[in-house]
Amino acid sequence: MVKQCSVIFGCLAVGEFIVWLTGISIPGSILGMLLLTALLEKKVIKVEDVGPMCRFLVSNMGFFFVPPGVALMLYFDIIADSWLAITVATVVSTALVLLVTGRVHQYFRHAVHRK
Amino acid sequence: MQFIGSDIFLVALTFIVYYGAGRLRDFTGISALHPVLVSVAVLIVFLEITGISYEQYSRPGSMIEFWLKPAIVALGLPLYTQLRTIRKQLVPIFMCELAGCVVGIVSVVLIAQWMGASREVIISLAPKSVTNAIAIEITGHLGGIPSLTASIVVLVGLLGAVVGLKVLSFGNISSPVAQGISMGTAAHVIGTSRVNQLSERYGAYATVGLILNGVLTSVLAGPLLEILGV
Repeated sequence: MVKQCSVIFGCLAVGEFIVWLTGISIPGSILGMLLLTALLEKKVIKVEDVGPMCRFLVSNMGFFFVPPGVALMLYFDIIADSWLAITVATVVSTALVLLVTGRVHQYFRHAVHRK
Repeated sequence: MQFIGSDIFLVALTFIVYYGAGRLRDFTGISALHPVLVSVAVLIVFLEITGISYEQYSRPGSMIEFWLKPAIVALGLPLYTQLRTIRKQLVPIFMCELAGCVVGIVSVVLIAQWMGASREVIISLAPKSVTNAIAIEITGHLGGIPSLTASIVVLVGLLGAVVGLKVLSFGNISSPVAQGISMGTAAHVIGTSRVNQLSERYGAYATVGLILNGVLTSVLAGPLLEILGV
């Protein structure tokens, strides 16, 4: 448990440090994630060293964003003002993402195969 | 009455409500009753009725929200597990992720702009396709409203899980890889768990989509918003 948390929070701290140092606009947690992947890939860290804690965190992610969701109660007026824009933009954009991602994947997959 | 405003009580309540919401979904089998949505609704009603302010809830709330960041780091494990899959199809996967990410941000921003949404709302919509932990970070970083993003992201996921596969077959997207990746890219964790029901291979591809779109969106959202004049 302590070892697993050391690895995960260590990666997070390094990620945050890089953001602080360079001022880039990527969340430190993303850099921490990529660092963890790299450490696993380079066999610096074994899967057993982080596995159970990672699985616990990933499978309970939903719980962690309940509080930020509750903060919605502060913004009811903003939503009342622009609910139609939010709905239309979200629905159309989601359909587009599905179609574009799928079509582009199939296109390049076939292009590679033809070679 | 003071007791129900205490940190411990509110943390306990959040756990219990979330657990109950999960049971409710399992019991009814209605996927639209997503535990996050139901919990948020129940807690907001509870706070409104008891007159506990959001400020009072935000302290125990931040103890829970704190775990979002390590949870994102933990996604490094499934990403590592999928590295072999990604390497095998590096070009198709990278190109479709890039296209899906850019189309997702640009389309939602342009439509919201065109329909007259405010700047804050537009920023909050930009990362709507990626998993909540990442989306909240991006929105906070760029100056949007993280809680608005949180709710929209859950709704997007539900939408994708319910109609996603129909949209894909409408677009003649039939290969399991393409379907899985698209569902993960557009509908993050909720879309991933939907296709995971079809097979674990689907789920693995969807995981690739969800993580890569999260990474790309965190890199591209800021510059794209700037180009679009938000």
